[in-house]
Amino acid sequence: MIAIVDYGVGNLFSLKSSFAAIGENAVVTRDEKVLETADRILLPGVGAFGDAAAKLRQTGMDQAVIRQAGTGKPLLGVCVGMQLLFDMDHEYGEHPGLGLIPGEVRDIGEVIDPSLKKPQIGWNALHFRPVGNAPKSALFRYIKEGDYVYFVHSYAASEATCAPYISATTEYSAELVAAVERDNVYGTQFHPEKSGPVGLAILKAFCEL
Amino acid sequence: MITKRIIPCLDVRNGRVVKGVNFEGLNDVSSPVELGKFYSDCGADELVFYDITASAEGRQLFTEILREVAEQIFIPLTVGGGINTVDDFDRVLKCGADKVSVNSGAIRDPGLIYEAAKRYGDQCVVLSADVKRVDGEFRVFAKGGREDTGMEAISWIKRGVSMGAGEIVLNSIDTDGVKQGFDLEMLDAVSNAVNVPVIASGGAGCIEDFITLFKTLPKVDAGLAASIFHFGEVGIPELKERLAAEGIPMRLMNS
Repeated sequence: MIAIVDYGVGNLFSLKSSFAAIGENAVVTRDEKVLETADRILLPGVGAFGDAAAKLRQTGMDQAVIRQAGTGKPLLGVCVGMQLLFDMDHEYGEHPGLGLIPGEVRDIGEVIDPSLKKPQIGWNALHFRPVGNAPKSALFRYIKEGDYVYFVHSYAASEATCAPYISATTEYSAELVAAVERDNVYGTQFHPEKSGPVGLAILKAFCEL
Repeated sequence: MITKRIIPCLDVRNGRVVKGVNFEGLNDVSSPVELGKFYSDCGADELVFYDITASAEGRQLFTEILREVAEQIFIPLTVGGGINTVDDFDRVLKCGADKVSVNSGAIRDPGLIYEAAKRYGDQCVVLSADVKRVDGEFRVFAKGGREDTGMEAISWIKRGVSMGAGEIVLNSIDTDGVKQGFDLEMLDAVSNAVNVPVIASGGAGCIEDFITLFKTLPKVDAGLAASIFHFGEVGIPELKERLAAEGIPMRLMNS
């Protein structure tokens, strides 16, 4: 069973439906007992980091997610849910994240060509990086280099601050961090639940970790 | 590199797609779920469902259908039509919509854009504008293009973006239904005025119109159309392959 963390942020309906589409049972919850019994945890998120981080704390889900990640079960953060995995975020002032992956989240405006649109909204290609001794992350076992996934974001993990943990990037005049992982903690800046068959293949791989 | 997006728009009345006709291999072209799946499978980058229902019962039915669509289709879904309050945002977002497009509702109460953006994020709020040339200026029309608001379009759209609209759908009433191509002049003016994605709507008649759009106006992010896709005049796979061959970045299903 996959527990989708409900802290009032994110398209939970589509996430739950996308797991159902690949034959996996997902439960939307804010009960730590359910997180404990789950095989894997998904941390969603859209909108602004600061709001999301505040809601995560208010629901007490921040500490629950940190505790569960500590047990070694696979945790996947999606979009702002990925950004929350880091130490620090700079959206509208500095906000502390969960600190599960070292690194900082910054405005993509600091690195992209100023003539490009912000947020980045749309389909962009994934470029894999080696993870440990493997040429690519186990999360990408069913997809190919250059496959397209759907992004909606104004902020991203800063490449220089989390380089050892990057498993994929995407090119938007600058190289932006598209996916990260550290041991059992995974994150995708894009939305696998909105990335068609490629996205479902990533979720399937997550369910097999 | 981010791709240009091709977006079919489905008008839904009382839970059925209006204008859907004659697709090979599709049993029920008026089913939003069937037609949505068909488009998703053939490479549509996003789907827009526009609720043209007038009654409360029809609206309820629309919400149920939306849930069914979102259970089975895993590409971005935008919903428009009948969005007048933040509660309307809530209603469709809970059923799996990713973005909500506002038009007349935002004209009546521009604060709606701000309130919705604050609650759900800018990325969720799409400002859709029906625009027509009147007395040498671009004028915003309300109520499905029937009512001249007297507002100048560029300043309205800029205001909408400053209030939190994360994307613009620009529908040119002048070119809509004419099938002689998108309104390049109007799109140029809007895409130079704002720095959020601009979706072109109104006027596409053939594949060449999309090629001209993206080649002439590299700042335009997406092309939206309805009947030419529904009637099979333009097939999405062929369209995307032709655009890719012209050097326009496209997400192709077999790549």
